[in-house]
Amino acid sequence: MLCALFVAMALFPSVFARGADPRDCDLANSKATPSADHWLGYDQQGCDYLANVVYGARNSLLIGVLGVLGVLVLGVIVGAVAGFYGRLTDSLLSRITDIFYALPLILGALVLLRVGPSTGLPVISDRGPGAVAIALAAFGWMTAMRLVRSQVIAVKSSDYVAAARAMGASDYRILVRHILPNAVAPVLVYATITIGVLIAAEATLTFLGVGLQPPAISWGLQIAQGQSLLRTAPHLVLFPSIILTLTVMAFILMGDALRDALDPRQRS
Amino acid sequence: MSSIAPTPTSAPGGGTSTAILEVDDLHVEFRTRSGVVNAVNGISYDLAPGETLAILGESGSGKSVSAQAIMGILDMPPAVIPHGQIFFEGRDLLTLDEEAQRRVRGPGIAMIFQDALSSLNPVYSVGYQIGEMFRAHRGLSKQDARKRAIELMDRVRIPAAAQRVGDYPHQFSGGMRQRVMIAMAIALDPRILIADEPTTALDVTVQAQVMDLLTDLQRDTGMGLILITHDLGVVNEVADNVAVMYAGRIVERGTVDDVFSHPAHPYTDGLMRSIPQVEAKGGRLLPITGQPPNLAAIPAGCPFHPRCPRRRFRS
Repeated sequence: MLCALFVAMALFPSVFARGADPRDCDLANSKATPSADHWLGYDQQGCDYLANVVYGARNSLLIGVLGVLGVLVLGVIVGAVAGFYGRLTDSLLSRITDIFYALPLILGALVLLRVGPSTGLPVISDRGPGAVAIALAAFGWMTAMRLVRSQVIAVKSSDYVAAARAMGASDYRILVRHILPNAVAPVLVYATITIGVLIAAEATLTFLGVGLQPPAISWGLQIAQGQSLLRTAPHLVLFPSIILTLTVMAFILMGDALRDALDPRQRS
Repeated sequence: MSSIAPTPTSAPGGGTSTAILEVDDLHVEFRTRSGVVNAVNGISYDLAPGETLAILGESGSGKSVSAQAIMGILDMPPAVIPHGQIFFEGRDLLTLDEEAQRRVRGPGIAMIFQDALSSLNPVYSVGYQIGEMFRAHRGLSKQDARKRAIELMDRVRIPAAAQRVGDYPHQFSGGMRQRVMIAMAIALDPRILIADEPTTALDVTVQAQVMDLLTDLQRDTGMGLILITHDLGVVNEVADNVAVMYAGRIVERGTVDDVFSHPAHPYTDGLMRSIPQVEAKGGRLLPITGQPPNLAAIPAGCPFHPRCPRRRFRS
């Protein structure tokens, strides 16, 4: 499907770029329009644009996947602990989650990435894909937490959890072996959709100048650089935008498909 | 469990020295926002090794809650145990810390439930779940646990155990699932097995097979069996002693023969009369009139009195 195509694009960009090197540029070709040899034309620096757009998939997917992993780790741990132990622990963790909910994703990530370089922390200060992924995960884990929490609460009262407890299983064993495997299905669906959302957020941050920095190759950067040339070379904005939209859409569709596949009511 | 020597007769409650389980004046209540529900109101009984004690009662009489209190699997809160002691091998389970209680569950006291399908985790094979008992409590390797699981499945008479060990709960029939549950419960040779309506969800022929299996296992292992049920036929067939519960109390206790032939309490009497009789075929069944009491407002005096055919009004 479309997702597989984009993943393949990120893994083996040279195949999709038709052998062109995104850094092998010739100013003579600056802003050339698409042609049979160079499907997406050239950018301002005279680099093959198809290659640039294709290579951009790698950073986007890397950030999307790393960010979602961060979201999952934070969301599952906090949500499982809150749902399983309940009471005071739950109230405390839920209120912390509410506080994070009140912070807009883009704004939070913007601030974190803005002050990142001055903190001197290992990953955050270099504004690479890792920093962007951390910034997005730090402000995007709350929905996953709520999903896991409600699932854990639902599964916790099931008979097989009572049975496991009656067989002398420890809290850790009950939570990790019995509750979580039965609680993650909706979270996986959410995570897939979130990959798309985070890719879009990454492009936004990069467009605003706080995400990836040149000379990194990123759709956000391409759109940012292309916008000033919109009148003379509209294809420079158009192509990365189309690919970005398609990628986000692909992950959202995949999330929907995953939900259908995991829904026990639709199993025969 | 050989780590703790039993300390017979030191426990209060008047139980005999041979009892492995003594429940003494156990109370359980649920504190909800709309009031306190008194689910169990001071029940006492004891259980000897190899004995089958049937706890008989209608829905909401507190029989399952008392069993869950013994297992320590009540959700607390909302459940609270304000009074009572539960002695297992001389130790009061209610005063043990959580970790020590957990060690009793499985090797000491095990439990099987009414609905075997929902009591088995849908994401693991039955072999894995039976083997988990050995891995969690005995630290066995995966292969050894699997081997033991197959042995146990053989022991509970699941045909073709070696082939079915990797199957998932939904691939088994109701009776086979209950056998899987029984296999898990007896995996660690518990001293006591609590069976909470083990045959209610099964059809009649399978019920008989499962009960036969339970009594055979009990004879082989000498474990005490607490059978929670409302099936009078099952009680009559397998139990040694019976305790009849009503509104969270034990209203009558005795050997099966005594209780069935000379029910002393009018509630027990009503239960016995409600059994359909072959001789009275075509006649009307004899119900106990009225409703079970609201456990948040149990009638004063004998809780059965509003429904009692022998009640009298004082002038």
